[in-house]
Amino acid sequence: MSDLTQKSRPAFFNIFYLALHLGLPGYISFLHRISGTLLFLATVWLLFLLDRSLASPEQFAFVKHYLSLPLVKLPLLVLLWSFLHHFFAGIRFLFIDVHVGVDLPTARKTSVVVLALSLTLTALIGVRLW
Amino acid sequence: MVKRIVVGAHYGLRDWLAQRITAIYMVAYTALFVGILVGGAPLDYASWKALFSGQLMRLLTVLFFLSLMLHAWVGVRDILMDYVKAAGLRLLLEAAVILVLVGNAAWALQILWRL
Repeated sequence: MSDLTQKSRPAFFNIFYLALHLGLPGYISFLHRISGTLLFLATVWLLFLLDRSLASPEQFAFVKHYLSLPLVKLPLLVLLWSFLHHFFAGIRFLFIDVHVGVDLPTARKTSVVVLALSLTLTALIGVRLW
Repeated sequence: MVKRIVVGAHYGLRDWLAQRITAIYMVAYTALFVGILVGGAPLDYASWKALFSGQLMRLLTVLFFLSLMLHAWVGVRDILMDYVKAAGLRLLLEAAVILVLVGNAAWALQILWRL
């Protein structure tokens, strides 16, 4: 049973070293964290927008106008990318959880797909909405 | 580091599972929501309000927001555990995150039930 006891071992979390040496799947994972954090931080703002948009026709019009301001569009675009990246990378992780696409060549390919899908859709939806 | 037997107590399994289940639900809800938006006419206030006023859609949306808060809790907690080494500060941040998430959930319920 002794091999079930956790050994004391050094943990390695130097972000700057990792950033320079990560492979593409590692970047997908790290961007998953960043996008998730951004979405968490933005939840209050997005709830505020939902709240106002459902309050009255005047408030709905205000939200529509508010969302058309350039200073608002920019963070919204960042959040759109955050959502799309988190969405597609998350689906990729769910497949990896059930042992689909775990081998390195496949994991690299799906990483490219996640990056391409989220960036392309961000550009397409961004252009269409604004 | 604490020495302990890591099998038998399901350390973290429940949170791990909750994060996956809520993720799958949110993917399904997102697909539904995007389908409704793309399939429907351009949004005005009346149709936007009607969308969330239906009993089924309201229930699904409440489920989405509760899933979101649970999902975010596991994710943010994992990030705090990895990067915030000082236990006191980490506890403080985790407490703040919990309060924000519970507040968000309550606000989402209020927005939907006011309709």
